[in-house]
Amino acid sequence: MAAVDPGALFLTLTLAFWTTAALLVIGTPLAWWLSQTRSRLKPVLQAVTALPLVLPPTVLGFYLLLLLSPTSPLGSFWLTVTGDTLTFTFSGILIASIVYSLPFMVQPLQASFEQLDPAPLEAAATLGASPWQVFRRVAAPLAGRGFLTASVLTFAHTLGEFGVVLMVGGNIPGETRVISIEIYEQVETLRYAEAHTLAAILLGLAFLVLLALYAGSRRPLMAVR
Amino acid sequence: MADRLQLTLAQTLPEFDLAVDTTLDLTGPTALFGPSGSGKSTVLRAIAGLPNHVRGLVSFNGTRWLDSDQGLQVPAHQRNVTLLLQAPGLFANTTVAGNLDLAEQFSRRRRAERATDRDAVLQALDLGPLLGRRPDTLSGGEQRRVALARALLSSPDLLLLDEPLTGLDAARKRDILPYLKDALATFQRPALLVSHDIGEVAALCEQMVVMDAGRIRQRGATDALIEDLALTPYTGRFEAGVLIDGEVAGHDPHRYLTAVRLPGATSTLSMPLSESLLPGETIRLRVRARDVAVATEPPRGLSIRNVLPGTLLSLTPEPTPGFVDALIAVGDARLRARLTRAAVQELELKEGQSIFALVKSVSFDLG
Repeated sequence: MAAVDPGALFLTLTLAFWTTAALLVIGTPLAWWLSQTRSRLKPVLQAVTALPLVLPPTVLGFYLLLLLSPTSPLGSFWLTVTGDTLTFTFSGILIASIVYSLPFMVQPLQASFEQLDPAPLEAAATLGASPWQVFRRVAAPLAGRGFLTASVLTFAHTLGEFGVVLMVGGNIPGETRVISIEIYEQVETLRYAEAHTLAAILLGLAFLVLLALYAGSRRPLMAVR
Repeated sequence: MADRLQLTLAQTLPEFDLAVDTTLDLTGPTALFGPSGSGKSTVLRAIAGLPNHVRGLVSFNGTRWLDSDQGLQVPAHQRNVTLLLQAPGLFANTTVAGNLDLAEQFSRRRRAERATDRDAVLQALDLGPLLGRRPDTLSGGEQRRVALARALLSSPDLLLLDEPLTGLDAARKRDILPYLKDALATFQRPALLVSHDIGEVAALCEQMVVMDAGRIRQRGATDALIEDLALTPYTGRFEAGVLIDGEVAGHDPHRYLTAVRLPGATSTLSMPLSESLLPGETIRLRVRARDVAVATEPPRGLSIRNVLPGTLLSLTPEPTPGFVDALIAVGDARLRARLTRAAVQELELKEGQSIFALVKSVSFDLG
């Protein structure tokens, strides 16, 4: 087996970690709102959330490239504030990953919130708990398993990301070259031995993460797709 | 001083419409009684502010919680009212003690302003031994007790209870009823209790409101309403009867009987042995009209143990054709008997006549 560039592996894990962390912050309120609301906007938001599941990564990547480019409002704002572009940087692929993995966080969380018995939630409300207290002290602890599932799926999904990162981040070692892109590059340049090693690491990692998740669960997990 | 609850509630569904317009002056526990599907729980949810589709007005002591015309709907957690739901809904992520802690944290009142004392609640509901347990290890009756404690500890201005004993078997009901009674007695604030079981109502509430098909039909003192046969259509055919306060005369463990002396009567009523009652203690018995028969002479060779000499006070035809309601005096107590018109004619029963009342069964456990 050939030596592995630890940079790509480390970058991938960093990206997966921050994507999961950011999506816990963004996805939780969205999933909670979707699970509780009777608003007519619900199907619209659900469709938007699920889009990354069905869109080709190139399409998503293309729009994100336009959104993040220095000539766009967001991209130029970022450039003024940080002095750096969003395209072809780690920040850029992090934003892209967050968008791309959104359904992997929101859908399992929403499902676990919707499966909660309404009785404790109503009991809390009538005991005087504010909506925030109901969520923080009752719903979230009861949905602990859902948080774990959603985080693991998001993390594992980000590990294998390819198309979107390539479109937005290109292939810059140490900045945007994640494992999947590294493998692609190695195969293109006929370095099969290195590709084998990395592919095996990614396969093993993904399997272990999912194994830990399923071994730890006594109840069947909800299907995501 | 009574607390005033003003309700004007309406809901129109294809199968059901609710139209309640009343002002209740609440002191102590009041029952909202009626058959299943009469809209009782809907009324409670509307008062508590839990998700419902009721429009109208709810105001408590002058504070408006709901005023659909003004677009006002105070969220549940900002109304100082706690609804004890039919499903206990314990917080499964923590222990019994944790559940009580959360109730105190969620309470809308600061600690110093709370009317309920944790130790008194723990004692009344005998929760000390359960504090370290997790909700999923508790029996149904224990879960109800914890849910009740939680509701009391939130120290609301008004406590709503939705069928607090439904779904428990008779033995569990008998276990939990004294707790509920004690808890309601220690609770200083008014309570509104929904029930479709007249026995529960008789045991727990001095006042009652009768609901049927989304409307309030009658209201008043529980003992008076229970004796009133007009209740019949709402209580089910056989539920009419009387409440009697009797004094425990003594126990006979060999014959497995407990004797109860009726006020002003020479004879006693026997009921199944209930040694937890102390001799001299006053208990409330419920005797259903369908469990009382009448004989003109002392009967022989009869399995019924309770044969009480009395006087026939009145005979009133019931709304149901073929039946007559007989009011009987036994000492100072009154019994009601549901007789067939044929029996009245055959025995030539007349008002003022001396007769023997045969009581087939006495329900004491819920009183």
